[in-house]
Amino acid sequence: MNAALELGLLYGIMALGVYLTFRILNFPDLTVDGSFTTGAAVAASLIINGVPAPLATLAGAASGAVAGLVTGVLYTKGRIDGLLAGILTMIALWSINLRIMGKSNLPLLREDTMMTPLRDAGLLGGVWSILIFAVAALVIKFAIDWFLSTDLGLSIQATGNNEQMIRSLGVNTHRTTILTLAISNGLVALCGALIAQYQGFADVSMGIGLILVGLASVIVGQAVFGRRTIFLASLAVIGGAVIYRLVIFFALGAGLNPNDMKLISALLVVAALLLPRWGFLKRVPSLRHMRSAAAVKAN
Amino acid sequence: MLLIQNITKTFFPGTVNERVALNDVSLHLNTGDFVTVIGSNGAGKSTLLNMISGKLPIDSGDVSIDGSSVKRMPDYARAAYVGRVFQDPMAGTAPDLSIEQNLALALRRGQRRGLSWGVTHKRRAFFRSELLSLELGLENRLKARVGLLSGGQRQALSLLMASFTQPRILLLDEHTAALDPQRAELVTTLTKSIVDKHHLTTLMVTHNMEQALRLGNRLIMMHEGQIILDVDAERKAVMTVPDLLAEFAKIKGASLDDRALLG
Repeated sequence: MNAALELGLLYGIMALGVYLTFRILNFPDLTVDGSFTTGAAVAASLIINGVPAPLATLAGAASGAVAGLVTGVLYTKGRIDGLLAGILTMIALWSINLRIMGKSNLPLLREDTMMTPLRDAGLLGGVWSILIFAVAALVIKFAIDWFLSTDLGLSIQATGNNEQMIRSLGVNTHRTTILTLAISNGLVALCGALIAQYQGFADVSMGIGLILVGLASVIVGQAVFGRRTIFLASLAVIGGAVIYRLVIFFALGAGLNPNDMKLISALLVVAALLLPRWGFLKRVPSLRHMRSAAAVKAN
Repeated sequence: MLLIQNITKTFFPGTVNERVALNDVSLHLNTGDFVTVIGSNGAGKSTLLNMISGKLPIDSGDVSIDGSSVKRMPDYARAAYVGRVFQDPMAGTAPDLSIEQNLALALRRGQRRGLSWGVTHKRRAFFRSELLSLELGLENRLKARVGLLSGGQRQALSLLMASFTQPRILLLDEHTAALDPQRAELVTTLTKSIVDKHHLTTLMVTHNMEQALRLGNRLIMMHEGQIILDVDAERKAVMTVPDLLAEFAKIKGASLDDRALLG
């Protein structure tokens, strides 16, 4: 249970990244499946090569930002459909991640990672480590809240909300789109780097299906906690990531095996999208709403 | 101020759907000119505005503002000089952002957008005084989502956002056409007072001939991608809608005769 809370808070960082693209930019970004692993691969390789863990973690985040930038350039300058642009980067990253790692799995068991002090102090799995992870997630949450309320952040929000309008006010929406994708994937890769250190290894397949975990966190969290303001919406995303881990925890406890988890994730997202149409959980935006928003954007 | 020289724009060139939207159009606006543009559907009015705002590329010809060509500037770069209100009341504002956030976005027109707060106390006070001039009570709803406003309120807000930074050119693209008569009248009145207040150089497309005669100091009529009538302030002041219709019929008839002869 405590481990589920720890994982949920760590994955909350990834969910915040997905929130930036999926909700703020209105862009379903599949790059995250690859960039999550890239963050883990870069951080793990650097740590094994003796680079201090905090620096390696930052490098992992930066590598994810570059992946986001590539997707952004494909989408804006290359005019490739957003979904396809993300898939292209994601698939390409599979090979790149293997190159970075040299093999499909990098153990970090005896390395000095950012989790080592916590583990040595016997804090992992206890209340203190949950608090520490919660503070870390909240710091990032507040940074995002602040960023979105700046002149630049407002123009990013407007890019996802009414692109024609914000261009007519002098914003290069290609740049805001690329920037948001870079920040988003940077957060996702940061999360990947931290998860690798938390679980003690980086694996080339650790990012598979991650977009569903992110979407589940965003959609379920915002259905439960609301999304009227940025403050509430970003908090709800972290809450959603924790709820997701708890659902997985209880599903495993009920006798399902880890291979069933992708199915659970998919069902969770489907349920969160469909239930509101039947009058339950009214605050979740229905698919119909999202489609009409997409149609407006296309025009 | 605004100089349009021999602009031509053809849609779907080289196909069966080829359509000449603008045919060698030239127009010169002096500073403070308020020109109303009328013409039937497909006359090229909106295309002309899209050429000026940079929304569509120009085939040939040139557009310059304050003596420098803006032909190669993308739309977002031209936005520093050109404010625009669209026909669709939903188009000019971001529905999920609040009134004050929308105004903050408009306030930075053409300037760098950095990491300072979008809405500050100082800006809020300014927004409040600007909204007060709309007389819609919006100054008390700064934090309300714009999506909650009515079409007329949104269009009034769009108008304010397009104009309060005093861009060199203000483009109004049938911005009252989608509103009910009462709201349209309100936005028309606001348009007049805002343009007068800032002495904005304005180009307003409208379907409403009465409105076109009442507002501004010059009127142009477009037909089949060309400016076929240019009425100055003196003549416009005494002109009535029937006069305008008669003029249109006369010119249109003449052009049809020409074509019949050529054919």
